[in-house]
Amino acid sequence: MQLKNFSWFRLQDHLKNFSFVLPAILIFCIFYIYPFFDIFRLSFHEWNGITPSMKYVGLQNLQELMKDEVWWQAMGHAAYITFIALTFQNVLAFALALACDREIRMKRFYRVVFFIPPVLSEVVVGLIWQWILYAGMQDGQHIGLLNYWLTQTGLPHLVHNWLSDPKTALTCIAIVHSWKGFGWGFIMLLAGLQTIDRQLYEAARVDGAGSWKLFTNVTIPMMVPVMLVVVILTVLGSMQVFVLVLSMVGQGLGYHTEVPVTRILSAMTGTNRFGYACAMGINFGVILIMVSVAFKWLSNRMKQA
Amino acid sequence: METNKYMVQRITKGFLVHMFLIIFAVTCLFPLFWMLRSALMTNETVFTDKSFIPRAINFGNFAQAWTEGNFGIYFFNSLLYTTCVVVGIVLVASLAAYSFSRLDFPGKNFFFYMFVAAMMIPLPGSFVPLYRLMTVLGLINTRIGYILCMINVGLSMSILLLKTFFDKMPSDLEDAARIDGCGRLGIWWHVALPLARPALAVIVIFNSLNVWNEYILATLLLNDKSLMPLQRGLMVFQGSHSVDYPLLMAGLTIAAIPIVVIYLAMQKHIVKGLSSGAIVG
Repeated sequence: MQLKNFSWFRLQDHLKNFSFVLPAILIFCIFYIYPFFDIFRLSFHEWNGITPSMKYVGLQNLQELMKDEVWWQAMGHAAYITFIALTFQNVLAFALALACDREIRMKRFYRVVFFIPPVLSEVVVGLIWQWILYAGMQDGQHIGLLNYWLTQTGLPHLVHNWLSDPKTALTCIAIVHSWKGFGWGFIMLLAGLQTIDRQLYEAARVDGAGSWKLFTNVTIPMMVPVMLVVVILTVLGSMQVFVLVLSMVGQGLGYHTEVPVTRILSAMTGTNRFGYACAMGINFGVILIMVSVAFKWLSNRMKQA
Repeated sequence: METNKYMVQRITKGFLVHMFLIIFAVTCLFPLFWMLRSALMTNETVFTDKSFIPRAINFGNFAQAWTEGNFGIYFFNSLLYTTCVVVGIVLVASLAAYSFSRLDFPGKNFFFYMFVAAMMIPLPGSFVPLYRLMTVLGLINTRIGYILCMINVGLSMSILLLKTFFDKMPSDLEDAARIDGCGRLGIWWHVALPLARPALAVIVIFNSLNVWNEYILATLLLNDKSLMPLQRGLMVFQGSHSVDYPLLMAGLTIAAIPIVVIYLAMQKHIVKGLSSGAIVG
């Protein structure tokens, strides 16, 4: 009798404890878990998003996607933006972090200012830069600031239709993306630099190491874990960039500035092929997971070496 | 002589480092300054006058954007969504995190790792099935639908952060409250939540930034202009008034100012949150 009461009490106790997580689990199951499985189901169907019935087509969507040139071209564009972000943005972030990781005046000011672009939305950033890069003319004068400055400083041959020329549009997007992102890498790398024990530097200096040696033999090896986090997050963030593309050039440039997520979006809202859009999403998700696993593996190899 | 040379070297080095930092600080600030400057001009002068400080300052754009450009409505909506989502996340996530950290029930670890796993798996295109779900539930084009979706977006990160915080927090005060006859809900509200203030600050800021700046779900889920938040409204405005740059810049300023002010006021917490993320991650 007593034992029975006890277990009844325990069950009640567990139920009460469980009720604390219930709201979170409910929201999570409805808005994350269910769509997560639904995306696989939808990818096997041809569905226009409106009619209640959908047609089962099996792997056809995925097969079609494998041969979809525009899709792989879009993937290439995202890879290009990621490449610029990895090299230009992260090297810049690291250089600025190194410059700030010392006794220097106005350190706080720099730290605050560099993180302003990352807190702005992609829509705001994209539209401001679109205005600066604007290529129109009025009364023989360039409207956009960049082209205006180029003519004023005697470089009129560099004046360009920055965002409507397929050759430069993607690079402009990549550079604006880096402008928006470097402050975030800067903060993380600076935090990493500040955790390095100063005694390591002193010990190395006593052993006769110059500043370059200090950098390559102390700073870099100590920073590998933080750098890896920054690299992975940069890759995941840059591959999935798309709001910046929409706000800077819209979807009106043929396929020259398409990235994977804009393709998913136009399959969904443009051509009403929801199943195909889901197949794209799965394909892209798998690629992203493979890339981040590859980076993890690479860094583990580096740590062992 | 030796010390002199050393001094000169040091000063030039410091000067170069500062030059480098200042150039990029200016690069960060200038586009914002240019936005503000263009917002203060009229449609006639903005295309020709390229001086930094415009000769005639015109505040009318802000009023015009606020009323005719619908930015007043968009602003109110953004404010409403951000407040509701952040309050929702704080309540739901802290309840869950408290239970994961302090209380016991079967399957606790399974549910916790479910949330962690969701953060690790990138799922681009998840907005497609989400759109379908919202249509089925009849939540499309409703405020509550958008709010629930956005609560879900910030949930995993907030639970993880709060659980790590609760795990490190000593439980003495909670024990004392329990001896005084406080129930677990009372302990959560009166003891755990006030003590978790530093972690809550980080959660509030990151989720506010996230909701205020969100674009894609707002685009897919909300069609009525009366329901749209700022980011969506900006794109709609840009699509219909493509040449009215001073007005657009006024709209951008309205969208950017609150976030910059919050950031400047709370930047200590942001740096702390990001740094701990970098070191834990």
